[in-house]
Amino acid sequence: MSRIQDKFSEIKAKKQKAFIAYAMAGYPSDRETMSIVRGLIKGGADILELGLPFSDPLADGPVIQNASFQALRNGMNLDRFVNLVKKIRKESDIPLILMTYANLLYSHGYDEFISTIKSAGIDGIILPDMAIEEAQQYLNAVRKNNMDAIFLISPNTTTERIKKVSSVSSGFVYLVSVYGTTGGQQQFQKYTFDAIKTAKRILGDKIPLGVGFGVNSAEQARFVLQAGADAIIVASSFLRLIDKIPQAKIQSKIALFAKSLKKTTITE
Amino acid sequence: MKLGYPKDGKFGEFGGRFIPETLVPAVEELEHAYLKFKNDENFRLELDYYLRQYAGRPTPLYFAKNLTEFVGGAKIYLKREDLLHGGAHKINNTLGQALLARRMNKKRIIAETGAGQHGVATAMACAVLGLQSEVYMGYKDTQRQKLNVFRMKLLGSAVHPVKEGTQTLKDAINEAIRDWITNVNTTYYLLGSAVGPHPYPVMVRDFQSVIGNEILSQMKELEKRSPDSVVACVGGGSNAIGTFYPLIDEDTNMFGIEAGGIGIKTNHHSATLSSGTKGILHGMLTYLLQDKDGQIKDTHSIAAGLDYPGVGPEHSYLKDLNRVTYSTISDDDAVRAFLMLSKHEGIIPALESSHAIAYAIKLAKKMSRSETIVVTLSGRGDKDVEVVERYLSENVKNSR
Repeated sequence: MSRIQDKFSEIKAKKQKAFIAYAMAGYPSDRETMSIVRGLIKGGADILELGLPFSDPLADGPVIQNASFQALRNGMNLDRFVNLVKKIRKESDIPLILMTYANLLYSHGYDEFISTIKSAGIDGIILPDMAIEEAQQYLNAVRKNNMDAIFLISPNTTTERIKKVSSVSSGFVYLVSVYGTTGGQQQFQKYTFDAIKTAKRILGDKIPLGVGFGVNSAEQARFVLQAGADAIIVASSFLRLIDKIPQAKIQSKIALFAKSLKKTTITE
Repeated sequence: MKLGYPKDGKFGEFGGRFIPETLVPAVEELEHAYLKFKNDENFRLELDYYLRQYAGRPTPLYFAKNLTEFVGGAKIYLKREDLLHGGAHKINNTLGQALLARRMNKKRIIAETGAGQHGVATAMACAVLGLQSEVYMGYKDTQRQKLNVFRMKLLGSAVHPVKEGTQTLKDAINEAIRDWITNVNTTYYLLGSAVGPHPYPVMVRDFQSVIGNEILSQMKELEKRSPDSVVACVGGGSNAIGTFYPLIDEDTNMFGIEAGGIGIKTNHHSATLSSGTKGILHGMLTYLLQDKDGQIKDTHSIAAGLDYPGVGPEHSYLKDLNRVTYSTISDDDAVRAFLMLSKHEGIIPALESSHAIAYAIKLAKKMSRSETIVVTLSGRGDKDVEVVERYLSENVKNSR
């Protein structure tokens, strides 16, 4: 069992749902990323997603795009990412997932890249531009290094394809809640509710279902959970919050917001 | 050697479909429609009608006698895609895809553009076929190609300047893809180059192959044989693949010319095949200009249409097979060729095409007078006169 799978079992035993929170490595700076991570953990995040910035993040909306460009300007790269992960690992055993784009892995070589981040302490990988048809070499390296590969599905993914995607995924399956890039601020529509229900029905208890892209508030988190999601994934809202608060208060404010989201996953 | 229609979208190891899941049904629907209509007689007839009566095909294969005599070597022919409606080869593809979009009942068309030629050609095709169009264009490109921005607006298209990233073609593609993800159920993405996820590289190649097919039959008429060499400029590579593909099994040397900018030893060029490495961008595996971490590099060319850090996957394949020789021409040499063709032949070429002209001039000198070179003159240079004027005045200042 991986850290991610253990975590989902543990949460299930507690009759809770999982709260997955995101931080962009190197944004607004390496040091502040650590404060953000501490805040997220303190606020009750069950799993952390760490973004490694790419120059051309075509599945991301303006918020993560800007954070990516800033992090790259700050000099974030694989070496510094590995250092950051090691630093987090000294303080916490929380499951860590890398979110980035396929080219960063491909250009280093899948196996080399994955074994490097695995030994630093990363447990799973999300690549929004890695379609299952292209994933063979990637999956070989993932399996070899005992990594979880989390693939995405979307509201327009067919039943047959959801089955295929879930059969190569491990850890959980990531449902993109809306038509759009990350960080959309629109209200959820019925199709999102239906997509979650459908995906959950197909996945059953075989693998958990995480839902992200456009989950911005406790209200939206509850909507997603009511539809049957096993995990909520919140990213852009944290970045928006970071932009609004002074450096000294980052950790406590992030913890406070995280707490409000974690609360939605606990039913009395 | 001809690959025809690669079922998995792979040219050797290149190409494929590295896309967000939301786009999977859209590219599958597109592939299905393309396979259904590409050999459909009514579709062929309708496209043929618009290519002839609206766009002005076939284009002449013009023997550039003055240039040939001035250079003193192989006979130089120009494939006059610059004479097409809109002033570039781009209309070959936009008419094909817009007709396809109409058959797919997609009313909203989005496109990216670099120099603005594909944007203009999209706006034209959409205007004539009754479709709504919106074009993404890097902010930097909107500034250096203002004329084309206004043309698109006149033709009824909305133009969205893209201020993210390097503000050029690559960022315009990113933004078009983001729009497509958001509006996937109603929108057709009309890609302008032989890049992107499968089936775009194949489909754009097929629509542009009219260039090479005409070259072949025109050369057989004029010279009784296929050309000894063909030369085309390569940004994403649509006019080049359209030129090369029908000639691949002929005894013809092929040259794809990339933008050498101010030198390929500097960081200011767009010579992807000449100095790039393999990677994944815009849905495809292909050669890219990237740093050691896999971050895409900033590119430069005086020709906005060549200013792109990737290249069509079929070109990557042809490079590795050594079937096509890929080489570079600097900004300086391109401007010189721009001036030379204008002066000797009375033809103002696009700066993109000027790269091919410059290379052909060098090549002709090394060939015998009985041999032939066909250069694809992919577009006309009206859009570039301001850029060239500025370049000349700055360079005169610099040399003082």
